[in-house]
This record gives sequence, structure tokens and C-alpha cells, in this order.
Amino acid sequence: MLSLNSEPRSFWHALPAGPKLLALLLATGLAMWLPNAAAAAMAFLGVMGLYALAGWAFLRQGLLALRPVLFVAALILAWHGWALSWEQGGLVVARMLALIALANLVSMTTALADLLDRVERALAWLRVAPLWRQRLALSVALVVRFTPVLILKGQQLQRAWRARSHRRPGWRLMLPFVLGALDDAETVSEALRARTGTL
Amino acid sequence: MARHISQIALFAALIAALGLVPKFDLAAGVPITAQSLGVMLAGCLLGARRGALAVLLFLFLVALGLPLLAGGRGGLGVFMGPTVGFLVGFPVAAFVTGYFSTKWRGSAPVVTTVLAAILGGVVVLYVFGIVGFALVTGQTLAQATSIMWVFVPGDVVKAGLAGLITESVLRLRPGLVAQG
Repeated sequence: MLSLNSEPRSFWHALPAGPKLLALLLATGLAMWLPNAAAAAMAFLGVMGLYALAGWAFLRQGLLALRPVLFVAALILAWHGWALSWEQGGLVVARMLALIALANLVSMTTALADLLDRVERALAWLRVAPLWRQRLALSVALVVRFTPVLILKGQQLQRAWRARSHRRPGWRLMLPFVLGALDDAETVSEALRARTGTL
Repeated sequence: MARHISQIALFAALIAALGLVPKFDLAAGVPITAQSLGVMLAGCLLGARRGALAVLLFLFLVALGLPLLAGGRGGLGVFMGPTVGFLVGFPVAAFVTGYFSTKWRGSAPVVTTVLAAILGGVVVLYVFGIVGFALVTGQTLAQATSIMWVFVPGDVVKAGLAGLITESVLRLRPGLVAQG
């Protein structure tokens, strides 16, 4: 199953989703008030400390999760250093990394089912009709179920292409890919109608 | 309704799959890949409202923690990063693309679809993307634009592709995608 949840379980996993999300929201708001680069760096170290509380393996995972952003972060820092000031660059980058790391912490330690549950309860509290809540839940289930199917289809199309051509597969595969997805949607909708009647 | 839900969900899955099947080269730094093509197609093929819903569903799942963004990224962290503007702009881009591709449908179908895709998937999307980038990285709009504009030509090509694919789909599956 597609998931970002980290494997080394930690005590963070046991905490309920609601408080974690609220804390993230609060932290995001407060982060805008960080006065300088030093404070932002401390915030970042603080977040890393939260990871470290759950163990070395977990901290390592957290750092790995930041890798995709590091290149851009370095670019931004360099840009600020060259154009304006290192102080400003440091503040921006440290704050961004701190928030990303904190958000990652929540995502890594909160199960999809828990988050969905939270969202459904929030929608119920907002008086959203049960029928629409069901439709949302169904849609989520469909996407989770069919993303791997479509990925497989895409890979099969690429393999079929490579078996017939030296050139790299590219945009020409988009049409069969899209048609496949639409045809799948037709099949699924027939199945839904057969099983659920009214949706 | 069953068909609508299926199409919206399958299109969200399509956008996800486009991020996870390595098809196109990623540009270093800020990866905007075939997913933006998926967003444009959502608008062209499902219409403004349902296309936007498909993209919103996709983003909802990314927020819930699924690694559906290009390169297997996901979770709430991506909404704190420099590409957040593009993420927010995706559903708007799908809506604008769908709205205009339906509205302008007429004598020169491919051209109008391509123009709609450029308007939604490039112009509108980049407004959101550049503003978001500027806000997160503390740069001015001019600076952010000077960084981001290099990706525009690639996305214009994608808009052209979106037009061609849309026309082919509409011809090959006439009853399937009711516009609007």
C-alpha cells in the first residue's frame, strides 16, 4: 500500500491525529513570527529534537525525508546571500526546513485511516450530509486502489514500447494511458451501480 | 453519479500515476513533471468542475500522507515547501482549463483546447506557483519569476500535448466524456 508512514514505530505513532494536526497548525502560525536566523535555526533544531526523542533510526528517517528539499534550500540560501543578506536567507531556509520537518513528522506518524477518520468527523461536525461523506470515503478508496493499477499499466505500456522501438518511451504513450484510465472508470462505475444502486 | 465519482477518482489516480511512472526528465530543483499535464487533461476531459474535483481529491490524498507527487513526495510537508503555490494552483488550473476548453469548443477544436490549456495550465498555474515560491522563499515576485520562467516552455509543450490527446480521446470515446 502506498504510504509515507515510517517503519520504525515510535511513541509519536501512538498519539492521536487531532492534537498533532492542531500543533502543526499552531506551529505554522507561530513560525511566521520568528525574528531572526538564529531563532529559526533553534526552531529547526527543536524539531529535530522531537525526532530524536523517538530514537536514532527515526531521526535518520526524518533527515532522509528532507533530502528532496535540500537542493532547493541551498539554492535559496545562496541566492539570498548573493542578493540580499545571509541573515535573511538563513531565516527563510531554516524556517522552511523546520516547518517541512514538522509536517513530515505528523505525516510519518499518523496513519491514513486516522487522518481520514479525523476529516470525516470534522465534516460531520460541519453538518455535511452523510451521503457526501460516504462519497468522499469511496473516492479516496478508489484512488488508493487504482493508483498502483494505473502505474502498472503505464509500466506495461513502456515495456511494450521498448520491445518495439529503440527510442525512449515518451509522450506517445499518454493517449493509451489516458484511454485506459477512462475505460477503467467506466468499468468501475458499472460495478458501483451494480452493487450500490444509489450513490 | 457513479460515473462521475469513478471518473473523478480514476483521474486523480491518473495524476498520481503520472508522478510515479518515470516518463519524463525531471528538472533539477523544483520538479514539475507530467503531473501538470494530468492536471490540464483533467480540465479538458472532465470539464471545469469535475476536473477541479479530481485534482482536489488528488491533493487531499497527498495531504493525508500518500506519496503521490512527482518523485514519490507527499504528506503535509510538501505544503510547507517552495512548490506549495503550484499545488494550490493545480485545481484552479484544471478549472480554468476546463472552463475555457468547453467554452471555446467550436470550429478549431485542437487550437482552442491548447489555448485553454495554456491559459489554465501555464498562465494561471504559474501565477499561483510564483506567488507561492516568492512567499516561501522570501523573494520578490520579479526574482521568483526569473527563476520559474525556465519551466514555462516545457509546460507550453505539455499544453499542446493536452490539446492533441483531448481531441483523440473525444474522437475515440465519443459518449464517455460529456463536457461540462
